[in-house]
Amino acid sequence: MSAHASPIHHSEAPKGWIRHYIFSFDHKIIGTQYILLGLSAVTIGLILSLIFRTHLVWPDAHIWGFANGIVSPEDYLRLITMHGTLMVFFVLTTVPQSGFGNYFLPIQIGAPDMAFPTLNMLSFWTTLLALLVLLSSAFVPGGSAIGGWTAYAPLSAVGQIAGPGQGLGETLWVVSIALFCGGSLMSAINFLGTTIDLRTKGLSLMRMPLTVWGWFITACLALLAFGVLLAACILLLLDRLAQTSFFIPGNLDVSGVVLHHSGGSPLLWQHLFWFFGHPEVYIAILPAMGIISHVLSTFSRKPVFGYKAMVYSLTAIGFLSFAVWGHHMFISGMNPYSALAFSIITLVIGVPSAIKTFNWLGTLWGGKIHFTTAMLFAIGFVSLFVTGGLSGIFLAQPALDLYLHATYYVIGHFHLIMGVAAIFAMFAATYYWFPKMFGRMMNEGLGKLHFWITFIGVYCIFMPMHYLGYAGDARRYSSIESVNYMIPLHPVHFFITISAFVTAGAQLIFYFNFFWSMGHGKPAERNPWHATTLEWAVSTPVPHDNFAGDYPVIYRGPYEYSVPGAADDYIPQHLAPEQVAKAG
Amino acid sequence: MAELDIDAVAGPAWGGGVAPFATNTKKLGMWLFLLSDSLTFSTAILAYAYVRLASPAWPRPFEIWPAIANATFLTVILLSSSLTMVLAVAAAHRDDVRRAVMYIILTAIGGAAFVVLHLMEWFRLFAEGVTPWSNQYVVNGQPGDPLFGGTFFGLTGLHMLHVSIGVIYLSIIAIGFGRRKFNADHVEVSGLYWHFVDLVWMFIFPMVYLMSVNLTVKP
Repeated sequence: MSAHASPIHHSEAPKGWIRHYIFSFDHKIIGTQYILLGLSAVTIGLILSLIFRTHLVWPDAHIWGFANGIVSPEDYLRLITMHGTLMVFFVLTTVPQSGFGNYFLPIQIGAPDMAFPTLNMLSFWTTLLALLVLLSSAFVPGGSAIGGWTAYAPLSAVGQIAGPGQGLGETLWVVSIALFCGGSLMSAINFLGTTIDLRTKGLSLMRMPLTVWGWFITACLALLAFGVLLAACILLLLDRLAQTSFFIPGNLDVSGVVLHHSGGSPLLWQHLFWFFGHPEVYIAILPAMGIISHVLSTFSRKPVFGYKAMVYSLTAIGFLSFAVWGHHMFISGMNPYSALAFSIITLVIGVPSAIKTFNWLGTLWGGKIHFTTAMLFAIGFVSLFVTGGLSGIFLAQPALDLYLHATYYVIGHFHLIMGVAAIFAMFAATYYWFPKMFGRMMNEGLGKLHFWITFIGVYCIFMPMHYLGYAGDARRYSSIESVNYMIPLHPVHFFITISAFVTAGAQLIFYFNFFWSMGHGKPAERNPWHATTLEWAVSTPVPHDNFAGDYPVIYRGPYEYSVPGAADDYIPQHLAPEQVAKAG
Repeated sequence: MAELDIDAVAGPAWGGGVAPFATNTKKLGMWLFLLSDSLTFSTAILAYAYVRLASPAWPRPFEIWPAIANATFLTVILLSSSLTMVLAVAAAHRDDVRRAVMYIILTAIGGAAFVVLHLMEWFRLFAEGVTPWSNQYVVNGQPGDPLFGGTFFGLTGLHMLHVSIGVIYLSIIAIGFGRRKFNADHVEVSGLYWHFVDLVWMFIFPMVYLMSVNLTVKP
């Protein structure tokens, strides 16, 4: 029965192919577009990382596309800059939130679409434009930016004189990120408006799936963080184009030339960037946490352990994430007293993070665990989150961070906890929701092969980086030959590069599985995992308005698995009490 | 047969189809945008405070006449336009289309006048040698901080951009409401944006102008 008339109800899909699949207002199409955008970005970012790993251990290797086939030190910086920017902005920020969130948030809350479909389309096209602007910077004179994904001032602000790529390339980088901010803000407004207003009858806040909570809190963070980055980008553009000096101090000597700027502060850029940058870490990981809770519960056949604690810890992490940005700046010359404050608040974040980890383990404990590929990736996520989280406790100490910050230790830390953990959540989400999105199952055998190689591979890549960091191996150096005291650890770098190639090769299994299963996978039933939430209540393929005009009513919480007295081991959220089959 | 514990809490606590706080979705979206936009402005203002506090030679060039008088006049125009906006929203809710459209257009004219007068002020400063990268002032025997112009044009430029977008936005609303394609809610939401832009000016006016008034007594 239709519970209420929808304010944005539209039951007919547009007829034309272009209106339906390209310029679509449908959140499902837009979500898929975001996922494909992220898949393109992750592929490019992965290839770039293979190139610079190759260059590190075989500096004389000829690589197609570079002058004389050799990667110069500037090219190396270009590669890591583009790798970081693509991965952080266009993969980690985009896919779990705008991709899967767009697709499943309206379905899971029983809404026909996002609250603002036009804005939704606009935010996708703005994000795509941002990606194209970023990629186009590779083809301008001087090439793309070499300033790192953090674009630290003053070298990001002074222009061409700071090196090839810091001219037009860096300008395009800043424009791309400013556009990306715009797209993310529109998307955040949409997510918040949808979650607050469009929940179907009976879906009170404490009955929302944890995925919805993850997307909701993330949208709050995005709304508050991207506005700040946008302003920072505007100021940086003024420095670059209008010759202001917000981030450029006086008497700055760059490449032997004393610049005419004066009065600005490079530290201001770091403050503004990391005020965005730290919430950004949680923008990447909170949707992942939601997805992981969802998948763990489904395949443990148990309710999420401590649902309310999960919601409150998500919220607490969201709040605290705005108060810890200084822990990225311990070596910046910031006042050591503020470093102490940032250090303490950073350690406090460990508490809600530990609550989440205990609750995931509590969910698994005593469950009837089904080791599907999605479940394996979810358990893999918990493992990576714990490993990466522990090294975070070390880095939160200013005294240790002074030594470790500019080394491979930090690379190992954030790749495990932010990069690979979030990627694992995306894999879990893909294997879990693929049957609903494309009506077919992905191949489980290939999926498990993909999981095991990837899981062991990423540990082989990133764990040794902690040792390199302890030994003092500086990050961002284009040549490991130049650091004499590191020569005994060269074999570790070889091992990392070989592991990277094997792990990247394993992703070909995923690509094959993903695209092959779209057309040839085993046809999926409506609810193949016997899950409880609304996305499994709708038919496959999902109708244009999700529920074909028949909006569900919600009677219970999202994770009613193995309820004593029920005939099935799951009770869908929308099943009226009298329809629930009782064991007898 | 065992009772299902879960059925005990089956009553729906959330009715669905209602907007919390009597705020419709469009209005909520605008409030959320304004929240984020206020952070963008806050960042720019914070950057201004940061570089100004760190500067040993921040110029205070604004004389009561013409700079402060002009800025005060701009403030009066902008505040009046907020008043006409309030009247427009009230008329729209009374379904008085003719008056509502008239007041919206008056508001847009106020905004356009603000932009024009403010641009004239910019060109006056350019003529005095104040640019985003330099100025002619001498403070405590040192050349004036070049960021004076950077922050001035940056902050007022960002605000002027918002006013200009507001004028276009209000014109679209006036046409749409006149043709009854939009309803009173559209007018109210555009009013929220307009009042916000006004409110931002109430921060920029004291921080950029009044804090840079030249208080030295001329011989």
